[in-house]
Amino acid sequence: MRQRKAGGGVPSKYLLMILSIICIMLLFFSYSTGFTGGPLLTISNHIFIPMQKGIDFIGSTIAISSADTKTKEELVKENEELQKQVEDLNASISNYELKLKELDELQELYELDQTYFDYETTGARIIGRGTSNWFNTFTIDKGSKDGIEINMNVIADGGLVGIVTSVGDSYATVRAIVDDTSNVSATISSTEDNCIVSGSLQSMTSDNVILFSNLDDDDDQVAIGDVVTTSNISDKYLPGLMIGYISSVSLDENELTKSGTITPVVDFKHLSDVLVILQTKESYKGD
Amino acid sequence: MTDYKQYLRRILIIAAVIYVCFLLQTSIFSHFQLASVTPNILVCVVSTYGFMKGRKYGIIIGFCTGLLLDVFSGNLFGMYALIYMYIGLLNGMFRKQFYGDDLRLPMILIGTSDLIYGIVTYLILFAIRSQYDFSYYLINIILPEVVYTLLVSIFVYYLILHLNNWVDKLEKKGSDRIGNY
Repeated sequence: MRQRKAGGGVPSKYLLMILSIICIMLLFFSYSTGFTGGPLLTISNHIFIPMQKGIDFIGSTIAISSADTKTKEELVKENEELQKQVEDLNASISNYELKLKELDELQELYELDQTYFDYETTGARIIGRGTSNWFNTFTIDKGSKDGIEINMNVIADGGLVGIVTSVGDSYATVRAIVDDTSNVSATISSTEDNCIVSGSLQSMTSDNVILFSNLDDDDDQVAIGDVVTTSNISDKYLPGLMIGYISSVSLDENELTKSGTITPVVDFKHLSDVLVILQTKESYKGD
Repeated sequence: MTDYKQYLRRILIIAAVIYVCFLLQTSIFSHFQLASVTPNILVCVVSTYGFMKGRKYGIIIGFCTGLLLDVFSGNLFGMYALIYMYIGLLNGMFRKQFYGDDLRLPMILIGTSDLIYGIVTYLILFAIRSQYDFSYYLINIILPEVVYTLLVSIFVYYLILHLNNWVDKLEKKGSDRIGNY
């Protein structure tokens, strides 16, 4: 039986050669055209995504119930603390509402209708995380059927999460800004200086921060705690999306630019739901 | 006719194993990270089939698994297929040394496979972008992944071993009845 099988079919030498050549051709093809799967995406869409949706739900429920081991006293104590917090927050909300009203009136006076934060969004659930430990990508359960396109921005917790890199019928792959290959053009909101924010696996695993570089700050005005947002000159990211706070700054060796680290506002380790902004930078420019 | 049926059954079973393990890796184990790594179950599958069934199986299963990862990773298409295919091939070379009930060789092979996978990924995707701090990546990403993968691979290995024995038994029964064995 075994002998007959070994005799028939293609010897493994040739098989290896043929498949290697196919792989290398695919590599070159995807490098030159940005091909990410084509018809295979549609197949995987129908086979994997429905199961992933269900299984991820089970996985997250198990993860929650295993973390759910607080005692009653702890819960009561936490509840009291939270109640106190709610009162504080309520007080500050009413305070802010007053200020907001004032701001509205002033804006009307200035006729400023340029509000960045009313982008149209759609909610999506993360159904699968990265396929390896080296990259920070994840799959969400909305795709081209729901109007999602490549290069749309993804936000959560009021901060930028990442960008859509490939889209299937009912799923999309998102690359997070903390991914090692990600680069975002950003602005320090206090001084309006531009810089480049790049994700880093190394600093993310050790300190939970991402890096920024090429910051031109001659007057030493940028300080720790400053807010970093996406910039107007970025060609893929919409302007005014929050990235995080500066956690350290230092002068580069060339003594012209500065670099340092940023603490992102989004908790990338416990992300389960995100919002996708249904507008790409290209269409935004056209408005 | 029976040959054809057996082939089909084997392909379906292997496809099911890959399918389940892929879902496990991306949707379940991503919630149970230890030291911020997830185990690489698909390397276990490719490696186990490699040394259990030989080079040809290793190559084909590695290629298919890699292609699957390529579809969902959004990186350069075809890269994982290449890496996993060669992992399958390397494991296939140890088929003659393999005896089912001894756990040492499978563990060594799966561990080495995952180590190779980690180092190659580092070289192709990180060193090329001038991230030269290899020792950092080795200690914080590659080695934790190897340890966690080995832990999980004990279960995966036994599952595949029993599945394989069961299929072999079924096929032997079938061929006995016809009388061509």
